[in-house]
Amino acid sequence: MNKIIKYVLHDIFRNRILLAYVVLLSLSSFGLFMMNEDVSKGLSSLLTVLLIVVPLVSILFTTIYFFNSYEFIELLVAQPLKRSNILLGVYAGVGISLLAAFWIGIGLPVIIFDGTIVGWYFLLSGSLLTMVFVSLAFLASVLTRDKTQGIGIAMLLWFYFTLVFDGILLMVMFAFSDYPLEKLTIFLSCLNPVDLARIMVLLKMDISALMGYTGAVFNQFFGSSFGIIFAMSVMLVWVAFPISIALRIFKRKNL
Amino acid sequence: MIQLEGLQKKYGKIQALKGINLTLNLNQVVALVGPNASGKTTLIKCLLGMVIPDGGRILFGGKDIKGDVQYKRRIGYMPQIGRYPDNMRMGYLFGMMKDLGKTRIQDNFDEELIAAFKLEEMFGKPMRSLSGGTRQKVSAALAFLFNPEVVILDEPTAGLDPLASEILKQKIHKEKKAGKLLIVTSHIMSEVEEIANSIAYIVEGEALFYKSISEIKSDSGEDRLGKALFHLLQK
Repeated sequence: MNKIIKYVLHDIFRNRILLAYVVLLSLSSFGLFMMNEDVSKGLSSLLTVLLIVVPLVSILFTTIYFFNSYEFIELLVAQPLKRSNILLGVYAGVGISLLAAFWIGIGLPVIIFDGTIVGWYFLLSGSLLTMVFVSLAFLASVLTRDKTQGIGIAMLLWFYFTLVFDGILLMVMFAFSDYPLEKLTIFLSCLNPVDLARIMVLLKMDISALMGYTGAVFNQFFGSSFGIIFAMSVMLVWVAFPISIALRIFKRKNL
Repeated sequence: MIQLEGLQKKYGKIQALKGINLTLNLNQVVALVGPNASGKTTLIKCLLGMVIPDGGRILFGGKDIKGDVQYKRRIGYMPQIGRYPDNMRMGYLFGMMKDLGKTRIQDNFDEELIAAFKLEEMFGKPMRSLSGGTRQKVSAALAFLFNPEVVILDEPTAGLDPLASEILKQKIHKEKKAGKLLIVTSHIMSEVEEIANSIAYIVEGEALFYKSISEIKSDSGEDRLGKALFHLLQK
């Protein structure tokens, strides 16, 4: 498996799109930090980039990369290598590359300008978010053989988690506003990794105005430190769950 | 060496393989012949574990291949259309395959075809820039690289120039003499006659017959294989 990771890394590090991603991230982070006098304001503006751009690029890049490497994967399957090792090897390779891009593009500026514990939580949350969407991309990729369909599924997942989900949440809140909704809200937030990432950062930042309803409920119900640990563990589940289903499907897939 | 027992595979509603029984032994060249979409490639992909059969089993050297990957150490495979990572250079591809397959063989790589096809000259070129024929050469060279006991070639000469296809045929002869099992699919009967000992005829996912070429000829009374087959299938 290590060899597979090595060859995937060798391949991806020559990829121009990944380089463009690093440039985009560093431009936006340096830009936002320099424009805002207050570092914590810069960080909260950067949160928007984190919650929208990072998942989008992670899921799209991974899905496209998977389909472009389909031949490579086929070639490997005909060799005496276990299918699970092949898929996990490619997964680790893509994950490491995207995490590296994230840490260079956003990690470095955040450490330079901010350097507080909040910054570290911000980066932890972004790293988890990256891995969640890489996992989801693998799931989208093994579900179909067709590249266009795969990318379509990936886009829908992103769209769902970043936009549609909040709408549904709001509708539920509105419709049942006469009832106590704390537990339901926490449950619903757990269904959306993007929301969890946001809550993780905001609980640490302690800016109640930005927390939104779900964040406030988290804060109230768990208190900030336990809330962060809770959100983090649920996100780890979000990393592990899609890739394990993808692995199951891939083991039986006809290539 | 290879035993197929009631092998079945369905793609959705289409039954690609309907219970194939075949026993293929070492020291021969078997041609898989049959109409288009008769299940030849599916059969090969089942052998390689790329497609997982729905029913029946495959024994390789007496062992069921289900859930096993180690048996693939002993198989070389040349696909019908060789597709490789676009940005990878040819030399790097060979290096990578050797690196991944190190455990299969102790540095005793069979690089005869690399030399015969003069592939070294193109080692610096990325795979996407190669013509279909050159890629076929790469596929063929990779199939023999690890000196495997069983070599599966899916339409090996389609797309190869006359010289290259002659080189490949000679290689097939040589490996057969070395006691290996070579499984070849082809639609060109003159070629099959030239390289193979026996034919497994597959129609609509079933093995219609499995006979040696001389048997087919004497059964039908024809001395040209194409005609002989035609005769046999008319009955």
